[in-house]
Amino acid sequence: MAETDIGPPNYKDMLPPIIKKNYFQWKSHEILRPGVYKHTAESGDEIFTVRAGSPRLLAVDTIRDICDIADKYCDGFLRFTSRHNVEFMLTDESKIEALSAEIGQKLGFPVGGTGKTISNIHHTQGWIHCHTPATDASGIVKAVMDELQDYFTEEKLPAKLRISLACCTNMCGAIHCSDIAIVGIHTRPPHNIDDKNFATWCETPTTMASCPTGAIKRNAETNSVRIQEDKCMYCGNCYTVCAAMPIADKEADGIAIFVGGKLSNSISPPRLSRLAIPFIPNNPPRWPEVVDAVRNIVEVYAKHARQDERMVDWIDRVGWPAFFKLTGIPFTEKHIDDFIGASATMRTTTQVRP
Amino acid sequence: MPESETPQLDELEKGPWPSFVKEIKKTAKTKAAGKDLLRQLERSYTDGVTHWKHGGVVGVKGYGSGVIGRYSDSPEEFPGVAHFHTFRVNEPSAWFYNTKALRTVCDIWDKYGSGLTNLHGATGDLILLGTVGENIQPCFDELISAGWDLGGSAAVLRTISCCVGPARCDNACIDTLDLCYDLTQTYQNYIHRPHWAYKFKIKISGCPNDAAASIGRSDLSIIGVWRDALRIDQDAVREYVNNGFDINKVVVSKCPTEALEWDEKEKKLILRDEDCVRCLHCINRMPKALRVGKDRGARLMIGGKAPLIKGPRLGWCVIPFMKMEPPYTELKEFLEKVWDWWDENARTRERVGELIERLGVKEFLKAVDLEPTPEMVFQPRDNTFIF
Repeated sequence: MAETDIGPPNYKDMLPPIIKKNYFQWKSHEILRPGVYKHTAESGDEIFTVRAGSPRLLAVDTIRDICDIADKYCDGFLRFTSRHNVEFMLTDESKIEALSAEIGQKLGFPVGGTGKTISNIHHTQGWIHCHTPATDASGIVKAVMDELQDYFTEEKLPAKLRISLACCTNMCGAIHCSDIAIVGIHTRPPHNIDDKNFATWCETPTTMASCPTGAIKRNAETNSVRIQEDKCMYCGNCYTVCAAMPIADKEADGIAIFVGGKLSNSISPPRLSRLAIPFIPNNPPRWPEVVDAVRNIVEVYAKHARQDERMVDWIDRVGWPAFFKLTGIPFTEKHIDDFIGASATMRTTTQVRP
Repeated sequence: MPESETPQLDELEKGPWPSFVKEIKKTAKTKAAGKDLLRQLERSYTDGVTHWKHGGVVGVKGYGSGVIGRYSDSPEEFPGVAHFHTFRVNEPSAWFYNTKALRTVCDIWDKYGSGLTNLHGATGDLILLGTVGENIQPCFDELISAGWDLGGSAAVLRTISCCVGPARCDNACIDTLDLCYDLTQTYQNYIHRPHWAYKFKIKISGCPNDAAASIGRSDLSIIGVWRDALRIDQDAVREYVNNGFDINKVVVSKCPTEALEWDEKEKKLILRDEDCVRCLHCINRMPKALRVGKDRGARLMIGGKAPLIKGPRLGWCVIPFMKMEPPYTELKEFLEKVWDWWDENARTRERVGELIERLGVKEFLKAVDLEPTPEMVFQPRDNTFIF
C-alpha cells in the first residue's frame, strides 16, 4: 500500500508559468466584457481569463473536453471557481474570440458570470446523491438558469446577484448568505417512526438531544420515541442522527426562498438571508413556480435598486414593506421569527414609510 | 423508437443552460451506474422524495473520513446504483489544475467508478460520484499513487478551501493558496480521522470581498486585510474622472464611513485613513487607481455556520489583525487552543459558534488566552446583569 496522508497535490504544480512569474504582483484588473477578465501585473504582463458556467455534475468525458481546450489555448492549465464555473486563462488577447467560440461549440457552456451578473448557482446534491433532501438540486438550478441565462451572459443588474440552492436545512451548501437562497424544507414532523428498528439503528438519548426544541420524548410502550408534534419545526436533525425517523414527504416537502444575504464586506457588512416565500410545493421536472418567483424577485430588484446596491442594500433603503409590496409576495405570520431572533427582528421605532 | 424511460429528465436536456442530464447520459452509454442513476432519479421526480437510504459506513484503510457511503433504497430495481459511494478528493489550492493531473483523475475514475464527478462539491473537494464497495480501496490506492488524497467528511477538520488570491488577484492581502496548502498538510490527521464532536471548517479569502464565502460557512474564517492606508494613484484617479466616471456618486458617497473626499479644485482624492474600515468598495470600483495597502495580514472570524441546529451564524471578529506568514505559527497555536476547548466542552453535533454562545464569550476568550477588545462587538451589552 502506498503512503497515506500525503494531502492534495502542491498548487505550485498547477499554476501556469505567467501566474508563477507574477505571483502576488498583480496590479489591477478590468472586465473586458461579461465573462472576460484582464489582469495586469507590475511587470506589465497581462493575463486574460474566460469564465464559463458548468452544470457542476460533469462526466469525465466532458472534463477531458475541457482539458483539450486548455491544452489547445492555455498551455494545459485551468481553474474552477467556488461557484462551479471553469476558467481558461490566456496570455494572448487575440485568442479570446476563438477560445470563447470553442467553449460554446464543444462544451455548450455560456461565457459570463463576472461583474454585475448572476453567476452560476452554487448548489448541493439533491435527489442525485443525498439521503436527506427535501427537494432536488440540479433540476431546479437547470430550470432557473435556463430562464435567467441572459443575466449570466450580460451585465443587466445594479450589482452582482448571487443565487444559491440547498436541498435541505442541513445546508451543506451553506447558502444562507445569498441574495436569493432557494432551500428545500420539510413541513411535517417525522412520521411512521420505525419502532421495530429504532433500538438497533438509534440511541434514545442522542435522538432526543438532537431536537433543538425538545419535541422528542421517550416512548416506553414501543421502546422507541414519539414526537410532540406542536413543538416540531421540521429541521430534520433527528433524521440525520437516527434513520428510524423519516421526515421526507412528497406533499409536505418543498421550497422556501430567502433573500438579502451577502458575504462581501463591500459598502455594508455581510448579512444573513431572510424569509421571502415560506413554501412552494415541489413541481418537477421544471419547478415553474420557483422559476417564476425567482425571476420576479430579480426583475423587481433590477428595476428599483440603484447602481451598486446589492439586494439587501436596496431593501434596507426602501424597507421590507416596500419589498413585499413591489414583489407582490404576501407577508404572513411565518415571516415573523418565533425562534432565535424572536425579539430582535421586531420594529421598535415609530419610523415607518407611508 | 422505444418510449423513453426518463421523460421528465429528458425535459431537462432542453434549454440554453448546460444540462446535468446530458452529463449523466454520457456515462449511461457505457456504464450501468449512469443508466440506473437516471432511472432512479426519474423515480424521485415522480415520487417527490429521495431514493437513497440513510447513511452507510464505508471507507479506506486507516482513514475514518473521505468516502461517503450511499445505497439505493430499491437495489433490485436499480442494481447499477445499489452501491453508489462517493470520494471527496482534496482539491489543489484555489482549484488550479494542470490538464495532465486532471486527466489522471478522470482515467482512474473511469476505471473504478461511475465516471461522474462534481467540480466541485460544497466543501471544495473534487467529488467522484458513485462506485461500488469493492472498488473503494483499489481506487483510493491508485489515487494516492498518482498524488491525490482524500478530503474530510463527518466529525473532522473538513477540506480547507481558498479564493484565487495572489495567483491572479490584485486585492490579495495574504497568500491564500500557500496557507490553505500548509494547514491542509499540517493537519492531515485531523482531516482523515474523526476526533471531535462535530465538523470544523476553515476557509480563506484574500480580501474582504470574501470570494471563498468564508464568513458565512466556516468555523474559522481567515480574511486578508491591510493595516496601512490604501494606495492611491492620483493620475489614474484623474483618468477615471476625465473619462466621465462620477466619482462622487459611485465612490465617495458610497463609502460607509465617509472616509473619502473628492477635491474638485485640486482634482485629488483625499482619504482619512483613520475612518477607513477596509470595506473595499472604492477599490472594487476603481481597481486601476486604488490598491490595498502594503502592511498586510488577516482578520480571524469565528463561529460561522449554516442553520442546523440553532440558526445560522456569521463569524465574528475574534482577532482583528494577525500577520499571516509561513510557517503560520501564531495561527496554528490559536487554532489548537480553540480545538482543545471545543473538544473538551462540545456536545454531539455542536459547532464551535454554538458552544461559545452556550458557555459564553468570556469563557471562550479565557480558554484561548485572548483579551476582549471593542473590535469584537458591534456594541457593548445593554443589560445590567454584569457579574
